[in-house]
Amino acid sequence: MATTIRTVSLLPAFPFLTQLLFLLPIAAGLFGVLLPALGYLPDLGGDQFHFEVFRQLLEHPALLHAVWLTLFSGIAATFISLSLAILLAAMLSRASLSGNKNNKMASLFVIVRRGLIPLIAVPHAAMALGLAFLVAPSGWIVRWFSFLLMGWETPPEWVTVQDPFGLSLILGLVLKETPYLLLMILAALPQIRAQEYIRIGQSLGYGNLRSWLKLVLPQVYPLIRLPVFAVLAFSLSVVDVALILGPSTPPTLSVLILRWIDNPDLSFRFLASAGAVLLLLLTLGALLFWRVSEWLLLQKWRNWLSNGKRGNGNEAHKLAALSGLLLLGTAFLSVLGLAFWSLSLRWPYPHVLPQRWTSRNWERHWSSIQETSFTTLELGVIAVVIALILVVGCLENEQWRRVSFSFRSQWLLYLPLLIPQATFLLGIQILAVRLEMDGTFLLLVWSHLLFVLPYVFLTLADPWRNLDTRFPQIGQCLGASPLRVLFRIKLPLLLKPLLVAAAVGFAVSVSQYLPTLFAGGGRFATLTTEAVSYAAGADRRVIGVYGFLQALFPWIALLLALAIPRWRFRNRASLL
Amino acid sequence: MLKLENISLKIDGNPLFSKLNLEVNAGQVKTVMGPSGCGKSSLLAHLCGTLPSVFQTSGKIILHDKTLDDLPPHERKLGILFQDDLLFPHLSVGENLAFALPAKIRRHERHDKIEQALEEIELSGMHERDPASLSGGQRARVALMRTLLAQPEALLLDEPFSKLDQELRGRFRKLVFAHAVKNSLPTLLVTHDHADAQAAGGDIIAL
Amino acid sequence: MKNIFNYNHGTESGTVSKTLNFIIFTTLFLLLSSFSVSANSWEDIRKKAKGQTVYWNAWGGSEEINAYISWVGSRVKEDYGVTLKHVKLASTADAVSRVLAEKAAGRTTNGSVDLIWINGENFAKMKENGLLFGPFTDNLPNFKLVDFNGKPTTLLDFNLPVEGYEAPWGMAKFNFVFDSARVSETPKSIPELLQWSQRHPGRFTYPHVTDFLGSTFIMQALIELTANPEVLNRYVKSKVEFSKVTAPLWSYLNQLHPLLWRSGNSFPSSSSVQQQMLNDSELDIALSFNPSSTSAAIANGSLPESARTFVLKKGTIGNTHFVGIPFNSGSSEGAMIVANFLMSPEAQMQKQNPDIWGDSTVLSITKLSEQHQQKFKALPLGVATLPPEKLGPTQPNPHPDWKNQLGAEWQRRYGQ
Repeated sequence: MATTIRTVSLLPAFPFLTQLLFLLPIAAGLFGVLLPALGYLPDLGGDQFHFEVFRQLLEHPALLHAVWLTLFSGIAATFISLSLAILLAAMLSRASLSGNKNNKMASLFVIVRRGLIPLIAVPHAAMALGLAFLVAPSGWIVRWFSFLLMGWETPPEWVTVQDPFGLSLILGLVLKETPYLLLMILAALPQIRAQEYIRIGQSLGYGNLRSWLKLVLPQVYPLIRLPVFAVLAFSLSVVDVALILGPSTPPTLSVLILRWIDNPDLSFRFLASAGAVLLLLLTLGALLFWRVSEWLLLQKWRNWLSNGKRGNGNEAHKLAALSGLLLLGTAFLSVLGLAFWSLSLRWPYPHVLPQRWTSRNWERHWSSIQETSFTTLELGVIAVVIALILVVGCLENEQWRRVSFSFRSQWLLYLPLLIPQATFLLGIQILAVRLEMDGTFLLLVWSHLLFVLPYVFLTLADPWRNLDTRFPQIGQCLGASPLRVLFRIKLPLLLKPLLVAAAVGFAVSVSQYLPTLFAGGGRFATLTTEAVSYAAGADRRVIGVYGFLQALFPWIALLLALAIPRWRFRNRASLL
Repeated sequence: MLKLENISLKIDGNPLFSKLNLEVNAGQVKTVMGPSGCGKSSLLAHLCGTLPSVFQTSGKIILHDKTLDDLPPHERKLGILFQDDLLFPHLSVGENLAFALPAKIRRHERHDKIEQALEEIELSGMHERDPASLSGGQRARVALMRTLLAQPEALLLDEPFSKLDQELRGRFRKLVFAHAVKNSLPTLLVTHDHADAQAAGGDIIAL
Repeated sequence: MKNIFNYNHGTESGTVSKTLNFIIFTTLFLLLSSFSVSANSWEDIRKKAKGQTVYWNAWGGSEEINAYISWVGSRVKEDYGVTLKHVKLASTADAVSRVLAEKAAGRTTNGSVDLIWINGENFAKMKENGLLFGPFTDNLPNFKLVDFNGKPTTLLDFNLPVEGYEAPWGMAKFNFVFDSARVSETPKSIPELLQWSQRHPGRFTYPHVTDFLGSTFIMQALIELTANPEVLNRYVKSKVEFSKVTAPLWSYLNQLHPLLWRSGNSFPSSSSVQQQMLNDSELDIALSFNPSSTSAAIANGSLPESARTFVLKKGTIGNTHFVGIPFNSGSSEGAMIVANFLMSPEAQMQKQNPDIWGDSTVLSITKLSEQHQQKFKALPLGVATLPPEKLGPTQPNPHPDWKNQLGAEWQRRYGQ
C-alpha cells in the first residue's frame, strides 16, 4: 500500500515540473521582448521606459502593408488548409465505407491519404524551397511547358514566387498544414464514433458529405480547435517559408522583424522587440477573430444543420479528389525536384532534367552528413523521450487524481507555439547565459522540448483521455498496481498514438532552427542548421542534399510509428 | 463476509442513496435493484475504490473484518464483472488470464493454472487466440475466469448478463453463481432485470 | 648588427678588444633579449593556444568557403594544436546577437563565439558597443605582411579606423556578372546601365537593400552620380546635406526601377539568390563583390560557362573583410593563432586560388619571399576573372552612416 501511495503521490510532480520547465523560459522570453520594446536594454544604452519605440514602429513606412500581408496570408492559409482537410477527411470516410465496392474514386482517396500523411514529416523550409523551384518563372513547370509546347528561350516574365499578395506563400503553407490538420481530424474521428453517425445520416437520406458536415464536423471541430489555432499562429509568424516564397517589398511582419534583428545597427533590436510584441498581439487578435467567426458561423449554421436539405451525396467529390491530387502532386514534385538537384552538377534553364549528373554533392558532404545526422537523431530522440515521460506523467496525474489539467496550464504549454520564435529566444538566451547553461546539450534539449512537448501533448492527450476507463479499472480490480496498469495495459493499448506522438515530436525537433542556434550557442550542428545556412547560399544542389535528408529522417520515424503497432498487433483484430 | 455500513453516495451535494446497510456471507448472493441512474453502478465503483472524485461518500466497507475504505483499488481483493467483458484487446486469451494470476505463482505452475482454467471454461487450446476472434459467450467466460484467477475475496457483478442473448444468459448466470458458491465468495449483484435477481436467489434490496 | 661585427674586425688592441668584447656581448645579449621579449609574447600565445578550441562563427552559405575553412582547421590543428570549429551562420547578425546577449547577461569570460567573420557595419557596431577583444593585430607576426599602402581598406573599414580590433582576411571589389551568351555589349558607367536596361527591360535587378550587395549597388550608383563624392567618406552632417547629395540617385532609381526585373516591384532577397537567377536565365546581368567568384561558380557548375564579369570605367567600390575576436572569448589565444594563420602566405595563396575559393589576398606580394612571390604569380586567374590591370580604380566604401540612411530612405521610397 505504501508503494502505491508513493507512486500516485509522485504524480503531481509531473505537471509541476512541466510547468516549471515552461514558465521559466517563457517568462524570460517575454521579458526579453517586452523590456526592449519599452525602450529598456541597458547594454544598448536604453535605461528608461518609454513608448517611443512603438511610435517608431507604427510610423515605419512598411508596417501597415506588412501587417495586412501577415494577417491575410496567415488567415487565408489556415482557412484553406482547414477546408481542404475537412473535405478530404469527409471523402476518406466515405472511401472507407464504400471500400468493398471496389470504387475507383475510393482507392484514389486512399492513395491521397497514404501520400499526404507522410508530408507532415517534410520540414517547411525544404518544402518551400522545392515549391519555389517548381513554380518559379524559370522553374520546373515552365521548363516542361517550354520543352513540350512553347520553346521559350528565356523564362516568361511571370510573377509567381514572391508575388505581392503572398499567394505562393499561402500555397506553401497549405501544402504543409493540410496534411497536419487531416491527420488531426483522422485521429479524432474514432473518439466520436464518426462512422456510426455517418451511417445514421445516410440511413436518413443524407449524402455522405452532408452527413459528415452536419453530424461529424460539429463534434470533431472542438477536438481539433487547438491544432487549428497552432496552425494559425504558426502561419502568422512563420519566417523561413515567408523568406523563400513571400514578397520582399514589403515582406510579412515576421520577416521584417528578422531583418531588424539582422541589421548590424544594434539599435534596431528595440524596433525588432516592439515588432515582436505587435506580432504577438496580432496573433492573439487573429485567434480571437477566428473564435468569434466560429461562433458567428455557428449561429448561421444552426439552422442549416436541421433544415433537412440532404444533397445527392456526390457534391464536391470531384473537387476533393482534384484538390487532394493536386496537393499531393505539387508536394511530391517539390521534393523530387530537390532530390534531382542534389544529384546534378549543372541544371540550367530550359533543361527539364539536369544537364550533368553527379554524386559529388553527396560525397563532399558525407562526413558532415554523418556527424550532423547523429546530433539530429540524438537530440530528437532525447527530447521526444523526455516529452513523452512528462506528458504521460501529466495525463496520468490528471486521471489518477481526477483533476483535469487546468485551462491555464494548458495554454502555458501552447505558448511557445504562439509566440514568434526569433525574439522570444533572445530572452531565453540571456537567461541561459545567466544560468551558465548556454551552449550545453542540456539547454539544447530543453529548448527543443519547448516546441516538441506541446505537439506531443496535442497529439497524445485526446487518445489518452478517451481510452475506456474501465480497462485500467478492471486491471486494478484484478490486483494490478497503478504502475503495472500503466505499463501492461495503458501503454500497450495506446501504442499507436504514443508512437505517432513521438514521430510528430521528432519531426518538430528535426525542423528546429532558431532554438538550435540560440540555445546551442552554435556549437551543435544539425541537419537543419546546415540546411538553413546553405539555404542562405541559395545553391539548390546542396540544399537538395540537406533538404532531402531533413525530410527523410522524420519520414522514417512516422513510417515506423505506423508500422510497429501493425506488426505488434498483427494478431489482434480490434487494434488494427 | 462483505459488510456495508451506512453507505451514502452524493453527487454534487445531491444524494443518490443514503445509509445503505448490507451483509453478504460467504457463498451467498445478494442483489441490489433499481432503475438506471439510481447509483447502483456507482456503488460498485465505490466498493472497488474507483469512484470519480465528483462523488462524496460516507460509511464503511468491511471485508472479512478488514476495512477497505483506505485501501487502493488493487489491494481490495474485490473481483468485478461488467456488462462488457473488457478483455484486454492487446493480450491473447491466455495472457488475459495470466494478467490476473498473482505474481507469486511461478512459471510452471502459472502455465498449468491457465491451461486448467481454460479447460474449465471449455476453451482448451485457445491460449494464443485473439480475444476479438471469440464468440460473445466465450468472451464472457474468459472474463469470469480472469476475475476468479485474481483470487478475489468477494465478487461484484455489474449487470454482467445483460448483453448476452436469452439462452447464453441462463447458462452464464448458472456458471457465475456456481463459481461463487464453489469459492465461497460473498457476491453482490446489481441489476435492473428481475430474472437476474430471481436467479440469484438471495435477498433483493431496492435502491 | 652588421656594424658591430665590422667594428670588431677593425680593432687590434687586446684590452680594447676585451672591453669591446664585453660591450659586444652585452649589446648582443640585450638585443637578443629585447628581441625575445616580443618573441616570447607570441610564444606565450602559442603555448596558451595549444589545446584550445576556437568556435569560428562565419557565414556558411558557400560550399567552397566552408571547405576552405575546414582546410584551415586541419592546418592549425597540425601546426599549433588548435581545434577549429566552424559555426555555420545564415546571417552574421546571429553571432553578433549572441555576443550581445552574453554581454547583457554579464558573461565576460568563456563566451560562445571565439572568432567572427565581419566587416563594415557589423564591425562598427561591435566596436562601438565594446563587444570586441583587442587591439590584437600587432601581436600577429603575419600582420606585417599586409599591404597597408596598396590596400588602405585593411586599416580603414568603411572609413572607420580598425585600430587593431580585427585582422584583415580578404579583399572584395564590386563587379558585374553577365552571361556573354546573351549580352554582347556591357555598360561602362552607371548611366550606361540605365540605357542598357531601356534596351533590355526586365533583364537586370539588384538585391534588396537589406543585403550587403544591394546596398553596395546603391552606394556605387551614388558615388558616380553625385557631384562631390568625397562627402560620403564621413558622417552625414544634416538632413539637408543628405537630400542634396542623394537627389541624383533617387531620380536615377526612379527611372531605372520600371526597367528592372518585375518592374522593380520585387527584389531578390540576397546576392546568392540573384546569382541563381542569372543561372536560371531570369536575368542577364547580376552583381558580385568578388572578382573571381564568377570563375569559381563556373568551375562548380553554378553559373554557365559563358558567364563573364565587367567593371565600371570610373572604378568600383572595394573593401576588406576581416576576422574579429569577441571581448569574452575564452580562447582568444587560439583565435589569434587562427587569425595569424589566415594572413600567412600559405593560407592566402590557397584562398586566392579560384579553384578553391578565389578571394583576393590582403598581403603585399613584394613583402613575401621570392618563392612565395613566384607561387602567387603562378596562381590561375580563372576564365571569367579580369586581370588586375583591367579591374579599374578602387573607390572607398562610404561611411556606414550613409549606408544606414540610404537604406532607410530606400525602404521609405520603394520598400512598400
